Amino acid sequence: MTAVRSTGAAGHPLPPGQLPRLVAPGAPLGLQAHVGRYGPLPAWPGGPGGPAQLIASVERAGLTGRGGAAFPAARKMRAVAGAVTRTGRGRRHGGAVLIANGAESEPASGKDAVLLRQSPHLVLDGITLAAGAVGARGAYLCIDGADPGLAGRLLVAVAERQQAGLAGAAVRVAEVRGGYVASEESALVNFLNGGPAVPLYVPPRPFERGVGGQPTLVSNVETLAHIALIARYGPDWFGAAGTPAAPGSALVTVGGAVRRPGVYEIGLGLPASELLELAGGPAEPLQAILAGGYFGGWLPLPAGGEAAVSPPGLRSAGASFGAGVLLGLPAACCGLAETARVLRYLAGQSAGQCGPCTFGLPAIADALAHLAWRGRDERAAEWLRSLLPLVDKRGACHFPDGAVALVASALRVFADDLQRHLSQGPCPDASRPPVLPVPRAPGGQP
Amino acid sequence: MSPGGRVLRLNPIACDAHGVCADLLPEMVTLDPWGYPVIAPGPVPAELEEHARRAVASCPTLALRLERQPRAG
Repeated sequence: MTAVRSTGAAGHPLPPGQLPRLVAPGAPLGLQAHVGRYGPLPAWPGGPGGPAQLIASVERAGLTGRGGAAFPAARKMRAVAGAVTRTGRGRRHGGAVLIANGAESEPASGKDAVLLRQSPHLVLDGITLAAGAVGARGAYLCIDGADPGLAGRLLVAVAERQQAGLAGAAVRVAEVRGGYVASEESALVNFLNGGPAVPLYVPPRPFERGVGGQPTLVSNVETLAHIALIARYGPDWFGAAGTPAAPGSALVTVGGAVRRPGVYEIGLGLPASELLELAGGPAEPLQAILAGGYFGGWLPLPAGGEAAVSPPGLRSAGASFGAGVLLGLPAACCGLAETARVLRYLAGQSAGQCGPCTFGLPAIADALAHLAWRGRDERAAEWLRSLLPLVDKRGACHFPDGAVALVASALRVFADDLQRHLSQGPCPDASRPPVLPVPRAPGGQP
Repeated sequence: MSPGGRVLRLNPIACDAHGVCADLLPEMVTLDPWGYPVIAPGPVPAELEEHARRAVASCPTLALRLERQPRAG
């Protein structure tokens, strides 16, 4: 036993329902402080039950991926472990590969950056555990290449573990540069295989054939951090936060017109209005919340304030949880203009590989901008509505689908505004400065 | 025809909007405003399978394929 291991607080887990779990307040946790807070890394998957036991535990916990798709984490792990077995330790005997996805290219999201800064060892614990569970010898920790200093801090954390004699998969930190689609899972595989960080045509999916042709598990860094806690404290502890339909906690990024924008950890299922309160409450009267980021949908207020912030809760409210982004839209603000700006940005983020996305998203952005800032054109509204099904689900990845869903929700939630724009021209609020954060795109604003 | 039949599958990255498929199989392929094929969902009817095969063989970028019904999962 090393000194680090002996300082562990294995008998003193965090109280089950207590938050935050993932991100302790205060300074970032070095290895010693990390072990002090969470206890030592359990001996899995070499321990009792082996890898299958860890996957079963993750399954019982009901953990879903926190990167945006909310896919059951255990099923993904089992698919990779199964592909390794089927193909005899992977096609070229190298076993599986793990990609920890912290590239976070959604401009409104900040939760992966906060997690990697504050609790790097929780993510690295999760990498060790998940790699062991699926039979991966090597792991890549993919991060946003535009975040200065992050790679250096993570390399220090990796070195700290080596010095303390912690076993685990070799972790390489990879800085990903690219646009919105760069953090899509096949784009990361493409990038790590020496290509550009743009999505691939699937199948084969990464779990079948990914990095170096090996079965590859791509997991969001927050998902891996939850696995590190489930391995320590068990599925029941995990489920003491959240609801039966959406167990556990999640990191969310709250922005827009709230008093204290930032990253918060919540029990899944918290009503959206309470989440706004957690972020200091509205900075001015709000008319809607954009839930799920630029892949999500609009929730009208006040009714939408009752929506449960969780993947099933927001889905049934007509929005999505996505990577946990919630943005408050002021009442004195034009939802159509805000959505039009986001669409202009998204259209510029297409990898330009698939025709319907390359040509369809700019056409949608043009039509929406025309309605937002000129109005009085019924034909533009019809044209816009006819474009949505011509783009939806016609790309190699889901990028165009998310953009279409966002526009469809804007047309639904801001239907009255659209009618006014059509009959009277743009509202005065359309010329207000933007509320939603949109990086400046080449080509500029309409 | 095998049970469940065959489906047309397009690789949208490879597709370059030549439109040959829409010429050879108009019953199942229309073109969107930018010239890219929109393929009717569902299996290829038996009487169109030969035409579908020709459309697949004529695609200059090999973007169109005739596949057995998608595997489950």
